[in-house]
Amino acid sequence: MRKYIGGKLGLFLLLKGLRMATLLFAICLISFLLIKNSPIDPIQAYIGADMLKVGPEQREKIAEYWGVDQPVMVQFLNWGSALLTGDLGTSMIFRRPVIDIIGERFLNSLALMISAWVLSGMIGFAMGVVAAMKKGTWIDRIIKWYCFTLASTPTFWMGLLILIVFAVWLKWFPFGMGVPAGVLAENVTMVDRINHLILPAITLSIVGVANVALHTRQKLIDVLASDYVLFARARGEQGFVLFWRHGLRNVALPAITLQFAAFSELFGGAVLTEQVFSYPGLGQATVEAGLRGDVPLLLGLVIFSTIFVFVGNLLADLSYRLLDPRMREGRRYDFKPQIKK
Amino acid sequence: MPILEVENLSVSFKQYTGLKQKTHKVISSLNVTLEAGEILAVVGASGSGKSLLAHAILGILPRNASICGVIKYAGEELTPDRQTVLRGKEIALVPQSVNFLDPLMRVGSQVRTSVKNGDAVSVQREVFERYHLRQEVEKMYPFQLSGGMARRTLLSTAMVSGAKVIIADEPTPGLDPDVIKEALNNFREVADNGCAVMLITHDIESALNIADKIAVFYAGTTVEVAPVENFKGHGEEIRHPYSKALWRALPQNDFIPIPGSQPHPSSLPAGCLFAPRCVMATPECRQVQPEMRKLRGGMVRCIHAT
Amino acid sequence: MISSLKLKNKDNHKQLPSNRKKRTLFIILISIIFLVIVILGGVLIDEGRIVTNLNDRNAPPSLDHLFGTDWLGRDMFTRTLMGLSLSIGVGLIGAIGSASIALFLGMAAATMGKMADRLISWLIDLFLSVPHLVTLILIAFTLGGGFKGIVIGLALTHWPSLARVIRAEVMQVRSAEYVQVSQKMGKSQWWIALHHILPHIAPQLLIGFMLLFPHVILHEAAVTFLGLGLSPHEPAIGIILSESMKYLSSGMWWLAFFPGLCLLIIVRTFDQIGENIRLLIDPNRAQD
Repeated sequence: MRKYIGGKLGLFLLLKGLRMATLLFAICLISFLLIKNSPIDPIQAYIGADMLKVGPEQREKIAEYWGVDQPVMVQFLNWGSALLTGDLGTSMIFRRPVIDIIGERFLNSLALMISAWVLSGMIGFAMGVVAAMKKGTWIDRIIKWYCFTLASTPTFWMGLLILIVFAVWLKWFPFGMGVPAGVLAENVTMVDRINHLILPAITLSIVGVANVALHTRQKLIDVLASDYVLFARARGEQGFVLFWRHGLRNVALPAITLQFAAFSELFGGAVLTEQVFSYPGLGQATVEAGLRGDVPLLLGLVIFSTIFVFVGNLLADLSYRLLDPRMREGRRYDFKPQIKK
Repeated sequence: MPILEVENLSVSFKQYTGLKQKTHKVISSLNVTLEAGEILAVVGASGSGKSLLAHAILGILPRNASICGVIKYAGEELTPDRQTVLRGKEIALVPQSVNFLDPLMRVGSQVRTSVKNGDAVSVQREVFERYHLRQEVEKMYPFQLSGGMARRTLLSTAMVSGAKVIIADEPTPGLDPDVIKEALNNFREVADNGCAVMLITHDIESALNIADKIAVFYAGTTVEVAPVENFKGHGEEIRHPYSKALWRALPQNDFIPIPGSQPHPSSLPAGCLFAPRCVMATPECRQVQPEMRKLRGGMVRCIHAT
Repeated sequence: MISSLKLKNKDNHKQLPSNRKKRTLFIILISIIFLVIVILGGVLIDEGRIVTNLNDRNAPPSLDHLFGTDWLGRDMFTRTLMGLSLSIGVGLIGAIGSASIALFLGMAAATMGKMADRLISWLIDLFLSVPHLVTLILIAFTLGGGFKGIVIGLALTHWPSLARVIRAEVMQVRSAEYVQVSQKMGKSQWWIALHHILPHIAPQLLIGFMLLFPHVILHEAAVTFLGLGLSPHEPAIGIILSESMKYLSSGMWWLAFFPGLCLLIIVRTFDQIGENIRLLIDPNRAQD
């Protein structure tokens, strides 16, 4: 039995992996072609303001170094084969390997995204549960109104508001930057880092609750209207006990799945929040790369964000397969029928 | 003294179809009584609102339902507060299908939550043994149960509660005859041990096999309450034309179907609810709905019944 | 809003059911009037109010300048109104583009056979597998930013969900009896598409379009805010907010607060219209 299920899971992962590979290949190709056809001159982007000081010879050398004079497909193959060996090229603005920058920035972003992910998940879930248990009352209406309004709120504006209130007026937190300005990297303490993390994380969580809350609310309303809750009530269960026994276990799994599947929005939110708070994460790097025409970095970030979203979706699928007994334990047990027909 | 009395019960729903609001009276002026040690079968076609009777007694109707009339338990009125206290303890429900079990909870634990007195685990194991459910069943999830196992598990939840009144709502749909027979015998056994059983079903044949009294349900109300012995021969002793027709529609009798169909709760006729389909109907029948009256040791809601 | 209506109806028998319909229509009407006023206001307003006026710089909100003035003495209310009108315009073009793509691909997936269906569903997966904002940045970057870049980017990124809805609707109507009958009567594919399929999906398309709108506007503002969208010379909300960042630390909160709030209100209004239209057309799905 176990082995059979293990095999099924393996097959599932294999299919997922194949799908990911085709999607990733398509995305690499499309983004590569898009960027190659963009009006931005990668050499100029590399040299930047020093353009006038560079002679034609030097220019050619740089062009050769980047391989920009070869046909597009050759460039793609070169880039692609380097990619397969883990070489994403060198960032033009940071003058360091793209992979290093992504790795370093990802750690920063991860701290931000994980804290926001957990916070928004828990708060959103609690809000959804309260709204559903009190369906139709004023508290439900307030939560619903709040969530719909949040869904219409520009993330970066929410960041600005929080910045104004907590950093400018109350002066509780520093105004931007992942670490204090003018302090050497090794002198940055954990406290500093956390201090700079709190506001962006709060912003990202506030914006993130709407989806989970509304989804959980709807799901719990469905559960409360189900036959098994009716039967539980017929057996004398009510209020909190009823929710704890039957509501929680039936809405928690969809909520977790939804949170994993929302990695795409999380990344988008991080891009905006990091920009507002000058937080040195992946999102800010994406914006920089886009603004200053750092082609290798932008391509690397597109690929990385795709993998990030894919991992989220995979975790969502896996959590269902591993946590839901209907998926986990397969169909009926083998047993001899007790009633002879 | 009857343990459960339902007098003049009406249940109506407010519903929104699109942007319109409508009130449907799904049960109207219904009367039944239930004695300890007996099985009362409430029989009627599907869609006649029988399940709502069970829900009304337990006080678990949806929020947009309103009820009027009196339900008494052990001679005292069953108020919403008393219902909250008594349900699952004195009055237990046996639902229709495995869908009434929490899909993500092991069935053993679900049965244990119904235990009100004593050690939950041992009480649950005892009742599983009584109903021939093997020990590994308690570790299963509802989707893993066969029809018969689900049936016995649902019955177990009612048994472990120690309730005096058991309301079984369509306990035998889609089961094979052996399982049905076993389930019904279980109910007989329960009643013989002193419980009162209300068996709500559309399966009149099975009901006749085990019930003591039959209440015939039509379009949201009872048209007749009769001892089971009346259902014999060509139905001469049956009081109401609808019950008669039901009896005669059975395959082993005349197998004559009743023409027409039951009216929808939103378009009930003015007078007697059965008048439009009744062969005995006279103009008077269409004036007012007849009251329930005593007749030959039973009750009937028909002005022509003799 | 709607749930409160329902509750009221429950308690009050005298209220006529048709009131709900009237109120829904009323909400839609008011929202549309509001939007029209904002758009017209943005177009017709006196541009003299945003010329540089160094005598009246950095003024907090007052009766004279409802939303205050900026570091060049420009009236923030006027700038906001113009920005909103621009946002709605860009949103409109983006949403129309997206809805057209969705309509085309949704119909194609449902009618042009298995291969087309698979290809389109793969395409949808492709678009959903990169974060929205990253796709937008990529497209805006490729097209060199500016108006063209942002509009094309918006049109290219918002169609997947609506395309799925349209595909499902078309599939459903195609299997309907009256369409089968028309087919047997020898009507052409075009005739069927025009007379049966289009009228059937029109309401869904309208709802989908209205619900796309808020997303498009928000994304436009976001990309512009990041500096990859509309040019800094346009009076866009994204530009206003990104400029305001330099002045926030000196306490000029009104530069960011009011423009963002107005954007929020506009987006919420579109959302309201979409939801209310859905309530009128498709009441069962809109109920909670």
